This record gives sequence, C-alpha cells and structure tokens, in this order.
Amino acid sequence: MSVAPSSEPAIGPADRDLDRSWTVRLRKRWVAALPPERLLPDGQPTYVASWIYVFGVASIASLIVIIGSGSILALKGPAWWHYTSLGHFFNSIHMWSVELFFFVMVVHLWGKYWMAAWRGGRARIWMSGAIIFLVAVPCALTGYVSQQNFDSQWISTQAKDAMNATGIGAFFNVTNFGQMYSYHILLLPLAVVALVTGHVLLVRRHGVVPPLELQQRVGALAAVAEPSAGGEASPGEAGS
Amino acid sequence: MSRSRGAVGWLGTGEDTQPWRGAYAPYDLIKELTIAVGVITLIAVILTILLSSPDEKPVTIAQWSKQGPVNFLATATQELNGTSATAEYGPPYNHSSANVQHFWLLHPQRWLGVSHPINTTYNYVVSPLRTVIANPALQAAVNEYEAAPAAQRKAWGEAYAKPLEEYEAAAGEHKTPPSSVSTDAATGAVTVHTSSSAGPVPTMMAALVSLAQSGGLEGTLLTGDTANLDGTPLRSKQFYETDYTLPLLFLANGSMLEEKAETEHLLGSQWGMMNETGSYPGQAWLWLYTMWYQIEPMKSSPNADLQVMLIMGVLSLLFVCIPFLPIINRIPRWIPIYRLIWREHYRSYVSS
Repeated sequence: MSVAPSSEPAIGPADRDLDRSWTVRLRKRWVAALPPERLLPDGQPTYVASWIYVFGVASIASLIVIIGSGSILALKGPAWWHYTSLGHFFNSIHMWSVELFFFVMVVHLWGKYWMAAWRGGRARIWMSGAIIFLVAVPCALTGYVSQQNFDSQWISTQAKDAMNATGIGAFFNVTNFGQMYSYHILLLPLAVVALVTGHVLLVRRHGVVPPLELQQRVGALAAVAEPSAGGEASPGEAGS
Repeated sequence: MSRSRGAVGWLGTGEDTQPWRGAYAPYDLIKELTIAVGVITLIAVILTILLSSPDEKPVTIAQWSKQGPVNFLATATQELNGTSATAEYGPPYNHSSANVQHFWLLHPQRWLGVSHPINTTYNYVVSPLRTVIANPALQAAVNEYEAAPAAQRKAWGEAYAKPLEEYEAAAGEHKTPPSSVSTDAATGAVTVHTSSSAGPVPTMMAALVSLAQSGGLEGTLLTGDTANLDGTPLRSKQFYETDYTLPLLFLANGSMLEEKAETEHLLGSQWGMMNETGSYPGQAWLWLYTMWYQIEPMKSSPNADLQVMLIMGVLSLLFVCIPFLPIINRIPRWIPIYRLIWREHYRSYVSS
C-alpha cells in the first residue's frame, strides 16, 4: 500500500537555523560573488575584440588536451609508450600539447601585461596566472624525468644539483622515478588545475579589464550607450 | 563588482577601473572553449604526425661496462675508495663537502642534511658482490677486504686505482695509454698491473665488471641491500622499487652518459637544460634559468646552482608582484601596445 504524497509543503528549519547553516552561508556568498549570469555569461563588452584574447582560452584548451592525453598514458602505465606505436602517438600528443600550453600561456601573459590587466582590483588574477606558470614548470620537469629514457637519465642527474643546492632535493628527489611520477601525474597537475580554476573564477568575478584611458571617457560613454546584448550579465563582468 | 576592491581593497594596485556601461556583444563561452580544444587537439595531432616525439633509449650499466670497461672500472674503484663524485658530494647523500653550496649565510643544503644516505663502498661494490654467492674465491676476497683495517683498505684501493687513473687521463688527452692497463676485446675483461699489492681488490673488481657486463648490476643496485653511512643496513631484499638514485648517480659518475649528452647538445655549456635529444624544442621555458649559468660569476662559481636558483626565486617573486612594482607596472602605459590590442574599441570611440 502506497502513501499518497502530502500536499503540505515540507516544514523546514527555522530561518534562524538557516542563517546559521554553513551550507546556506556558503551558497549565499557564492551566488552573491558569482551569480550564474556572471559565471556563464552570454555577452561580453565590445572592447573584447582582439586575437590576444584567444590565448587565454587556448591555454585552458591546451591544459585539457594535456590532461586527456596524459590520462590515456597513465591508464596504460609509464612504460607502454616505449614499445607500442599507439602509445608513442599519445606520448607525442602529450608532448606537443605541453609545448603549445607554454607557448600560448606566455603569449597570454605578455598580452595581459601590455593591457595592465591588474587594474581595477584584478591583481589577484595576474598573480594567480603568474603562479600557474611557475607551478607548470616543475610539472613539466617531473614529466621529463619520468620518461624512462636517456632524456630522463640526463635531465635528472643534472637537475639534482640545483635541487640539492637549495635543500629541495631532501624531499624532492629527481632521480627517484616513483616520486617524480607521483608528482607528475597527480600532485602538480592537481595544483595547476586548482589554480586555473581559481584564476578563471576570479576573471568571471571581476570581468575583463577595460581598455586603458577608458576611465576618463566612461562618463561620456555611459551617457550614450546602454548594454545592448548579454541578457542579464552585469556590465563589465563578462568575457574571458 | 570590480570597484569594490579596486583602489583600497586587499591587494589593490591603486589603479581603479570603472564598470563597463557600453555595448555588449553576444558571446558563447562554452562554444569558444569547445572550438579551442578542437583546434589545439588538431594542431597537436598534426605536429605528432609530422614530427613525432623523441625516445632515445636509456644508457645501461651493462652497455657502459662493455663499451667502456676501463672507465667503468675506474669509476667503480672510486666508489670503492670513497673518492667518486657521489662519495665526496655532501648532503643529501653523505657528510662530505665537495658539492655543498652556500650563499653568504645561506646553507640550505647543509641545513636539510643527509636524507638519502649513500655508502658508495658498500652500496656500489660490496653489496652487489655479496649476491654472487656461487663464487667462494670472490666471497673470500670480500671477507678479507671487509676485515682489513681502514688504512689497509685505502692502500689496496689506491694501488689499484692509480694505473686506471693514468689510463683515463691519457685517454682524455688522446695520448697512448700506459701498458699497466689492458683490455681483452673478446671477453671485455680488464687487467690492471699494480706497482704495489692491491690485496683482494683485483679479484673483487674483476667480478664486479663481470656482473655489470652480464646485466646483473642494474637490478642489484635497484633492489639489493643498501647501507647507511655508518654501515648499518638501510634497505634489504626489496622486490618492488622505483628509486633509481643509486644506478643513476653511478652512471653519472662515469663518462658514457656525458659523452652521449654532448653529442645530443645537452651539456650545461650548450644551454642543455632547455634542450632534449634530437631537434625537439625541449623545455624552452627554462631559457632564463640556463642563461644565468652562461654568464659570470655563475659560470665559474662552485655555488652556481644555488646562485641561479636564488636569482630565479627573486625574479619569480617579482613576476608575481608585477602589479605592485612602481616602474614595471607603468610601462604598459608608456609603450602603447594597448592601442593595438584595443584599436577597434578606440576607433569606434573616435567615430562615435
């Protein structure tokens, strides 16, 4: 015998209890900082009209290809790519996507520098981007020393001196394949992905930096133009 | 809003921007990302098909001991005598000082101490030879060596090392090597004629060459017994092992790895840090690291690694803090590349 659902609305906790709820507090703060239309905008300011903007999304796209190809290599184990042509193919995809990642990331960084993109409370966006680059360097290095070939032998035996000289070698041993492989496929990618996520969320929150010299003209612009597209996206908060 | 933390908020740069109240253009973020992933994948596939990727086979100890038996033997004898680069390195391998770097009051290498102890005599020679249990004469020789006083072991080791060092020096200078060392091309055996007694050392080292040439030394170094610096056991009879520190440092102490690296333009003097085998781009992003090694005082400094890492540490910090660096953060205004980036915007503004 089934019980008919009650037509009465469920009685929830008192409002006071809701205010104390950590979950509700987090949700309120999250939605206030990043409402859905700002998180996933459907419009962007018209000044976002240059090829330089492509390099930000290209960096994320390269990272996705790196993780995809790296995951396939990880699924088959570290030695697979040495003795199968399919494995070598995916290793090549992995290597070239890393090269592309660094190339587009450097262009992206230069572009943001020449835009002075840290203006208007966006310093954390610049800083997180710079830290992503710095963390990506050991992420790549651990990959090079985990290849199990001559490059790994040479690079690890040379890099150990710099690591040891700074004391880092005491807990980051580049000649220890197992440790480097763990860093390469888990710890450092996790750090990069977390940083990229934070970086993108900051961009979404603060929006694309407006053009230089706009400040003096914004009054005039405001008088003649209103948002003409982009749904409910808040002015100045969209773009990538 | 972007204003909220602009001028005075946490990590504010003092350069506020106004909220954009101009026009908006339609924008599909997910579509853009999907297309970007497709394009990057396509480029990576095209580069893969056209250029592939390097995979130069690793150098093995067996290969080294066969192709350069004298260099192998000279290196192994240095390990036995505690005079190899690893034996004299210092932390994190031992308490020596040949490779300990410092900068003014900074001694991080010394501060972090010995975290990966390597007793070269035991780990590279005695322990591997103990695995050859079917050779009673060899085991007797090892027993004799271990039972002898330190001064005696040193005298034996030096007597055996001297002709090998002379041979290596002559070979390095492309001179005719002394006749005190000879190799049998057929068997790969090396005969060393010493001017004074070397005790059991010739028996031990001949067995080590045989073990290496048979391919057994790699496995022994990886999974065999190892000892702490004081001789107490550190690791015993492993099956699974992923730490290649012992075989890699042994290879690096010899000449074969370096000779191969030179032909592949990988030496430090060849900006090798940012290269890899073949004509592949390698770690081009390390250009600034390797550049410092090419200029004085780092080029000739025994503390070059620490100096370069400190320089790069400071530069990295400055890089992260660019928004707050007084002159650096104004340069984009003085060199108006931004006019090129936002030329459409400025053009529309002027026309309006």
